[in-house]
Amino acid sequence: MTLDQLPIGRQAVITGVGGEGALRLRLLDMGLTPRAGVEIEKAAPMGDPIEILVRGYRLTLRLADARQIAVKEA
Amino acid sequence: MVFALAGNQNCGKTTLFNSLTGANQHVGNFPGVTVEKKSGIIRGSKDCEVVDLPGIYSLRPYTAEENVTRDFLLDGRPDGIINIVDATNIERNLYLTLQLLELRLPMVVALNMMDEVRGNNGSIDIQGLSQALGVPVVPISAAKNEGVSELAAQAIAAAKAHTLPKVLDFCPDGPVHRCIHAVSHIIEDHARRIDASPRFCATKLIEGDSAMAQKLGIDENELELIEHSVLEMETEAGLDRNAALADMRYNFIEKAVASTVVKPHESRERLRSEKMDKVLTGKYTAIPVFVGVMLLIFWLTFEVIGPFFSSLLTKGIDAVTAAADTGLTLYGINPVVHSLIIDGVFSGVGTVLSFLPIIVTLFFFLSVLEDTGYMARVAFVMDRLLRHIGLSGRSIVPMLIGFGCTVPAVLAARTLSSDRDRRMTIMLTPFMSCSAKIPIYTVFCSAFFPQHAAAAMALLYFGGIVLGVLSALVLKRTAFRGEPVPFVMELPDYRVPSPKSVLLLLWEKARDFLERAFTVIFVASIVIWFLQSFDARLFVVTDNSKSLLAMLGTLIAPAFAPLGFGDWRAATALISGFTAKEAVVSTLGVLLDSSTAELPTALSQLFSPAAAAAFLAFTLLYTPCVAAIAAMRHELGSAKAAAWVVAAQCLTAWVVGFIVYRAALLFV
Repeated sequence: MTLDQLPIGRQAVITGVGGEGALRLRLLDMGLTPRAGVEIEKAAPMGDPIEILVRGYRLTLRLADARQIAVKEA
Repeated sequence: MVFALAGNQNCGKTTLFNSLTGANQHVGNFPGVTVEKKSGIIRGSKDCEVVDLPGIYSLRPYTAEENVTRDFLLDGRPDGIINIVDATNIERNLYLTLQLLELRLPMVVALNMMDEVRGNNGSIDIQGLSQALGVPVVPISAAKNEGVSELAAQAIAAAKAHTLPKVLDFCPDGPVHRCIHAVSHIIEDHARRIDASPRFCATKLIEGDSAMAQKLGIDENELELIEHSVLEMETEAGLDRNAALADMRYNFIEKAVASTVVKPHESRERLRSEKMDKVLTGKYTAIPVFVGVMLLIFWLTFEVIGPFFSSLLTKGIDAVTAAADTGLTLYGINPVVHSLIIDGVFSGVGTVLSFLPIIVTLFFFLSVLEDTGYMARVAFVMDRLLRHIGLSGRSIVPMLIGFGCTVPAVLAARTLSSDRDRRMTIMLTPFMSCSAKIPIYTVFCSAFFPQHAAAAMALLYFGGIVLGVLSALVLKRTAFRGEPVPFVMELPDYRVPSPKSVLLLLWEKARDFLERAFTVIFVASIVIWFLQSFDARLFVVTDNSKSLLAMLGTLIAPAFAPLGFGDWRAATALISGFTAKEAVVSTLGVLLDSSTAELPTALSQLFSPAAAAAFLAFTLLYTPCVAAIAAMRHELGSAKAAAWVVAAQCLTAWVVGFIVYRAALLFV
């Protein structure tokens, strides 16, 4: 499953981070690394981007970018 | 001694910088880039300077700001680093700390927002954390000015004794550890030669930083050895190089945090933020609230607070002008010089100065929105809409300010983190019809379309937006084809902004603006005055139609014939609009020799309704005023780019004016 498919409020663990270039580095730097726990808090009013909880803080990213992150429901 | 102040965004870095330095600050640019460089003297330590580096999350060079920070740390040779860390969000903040430690410079960690951690029954073992990181850790609260002098003392002591971080390894034994050590070993001599930390260079090389390889002067053989070692690590660790390094750092942090930090269960600040977000980013409430907030700010700025101070300032300027006028007359100065000082400099600079209160007021509201954390939410809410034109959510605010005045709009684009988005946003703001054009619209609409004045105004605003969107689509496919910076942004908890930071920012903006008013605009006023006052043989004119400006108008008037207004007076008015858009109406008044009340009638003799429509379309779109161009030149960092904007705007205005005129002729 990828992060964009995770239902709101459900917790998951990251299993892999795809994408390339600046986007991927950014995701890794912001703490979206394998084994880190994530949870989707909410979606923006127009459905995209989403707000997630990772490493104790909130981060927003677009659905297309969230698709690059593989997760496993905890 | 020079200290670098480095930290994540939203961790209170600016507040700490202000506490460390007081008002003793200097703002400039980093060499070669348009990234702002703020530095100041540490209070009570005359020879200690601190440089506020752009807020970053990592030392990987992928934005202009991150490059600046990295270059300063590597080549600026600071004597020490003050690394500010948000204690309420410690894991991600320490990620940068670990990279800074690799630089092997004297360093102190400032653990900010400790008051919040304690207030929520959390705690951090300062001693333990300091031991784990190998550098002094000082708990502070920048907003309350607690621990700041202790921090400064520790930083100065570390730099004086040149105490290096005591811990070198953040990796437990394993493939990543082996790889880093192998690579460090290969490049050690190269690194020593350029006086850099081998460990830092090694991690950069493992990340695949080719600029670093070049800087170190690494040869083919060595590169191959490094690549081999990295590939080995990737296979063993089961992660690629970038993920493996990030994983290694976060692993270390997780362990350090587990043994030293007791996290509060649910912090008050977090709960408060969640409640506020229910409304501010709620599905049905977010957009109405945003529109409401912007309308309120506009109303307060352009109707209430701004005009109040503007009229006070105008009174002051008028009084000074009158005094100078009388003084010069009594002195019996040459009337030409008198006119230069009073009609040229005083009236030109004075007009622009009267914008100052509006700009400062607008910036007050904007910095409050930014510092509270609401701006990040706006970007979150509006991103979907702006993505279609190749921008991200953060561009919405500068564009909206453009409806008020292009100058603060261009300056507000500073808040955008990506240079590409910032430049593109600046180029699009002139399409948002600024408030100085309102007098032109009002006069023309009442003269030509009195029954449909409101509809005509709405059409103009809407037309500007549509053309802005079209231009954005063109820019996206031409000048800004590159990948937009990814929209991966932190949503910080809402916080009450520090009054000191807000005031210092306002002072900075005001100073910036004043500097421009007395340089660029000063010169421009003199040029316009000269053109208005002299004829081709440099005699002072008594009749407006003989001046150089009128000649210029006559010269370019034929260019407007296809748009239906080839009269020299229309052209001259447009040229004067270059100084300020309000001047279009006042110039027409002077040239047509009519009072404000008679102007509509006089205009209907000069323009046909179709030509008037074309004239309106042209004024909506043509070159921004001098103040706006100066701001663009400054923010885009090049006169050429600003000239491009002006040329493109004029061309667009002409083409659209032409289409409007021809279309209108079909109907009228």
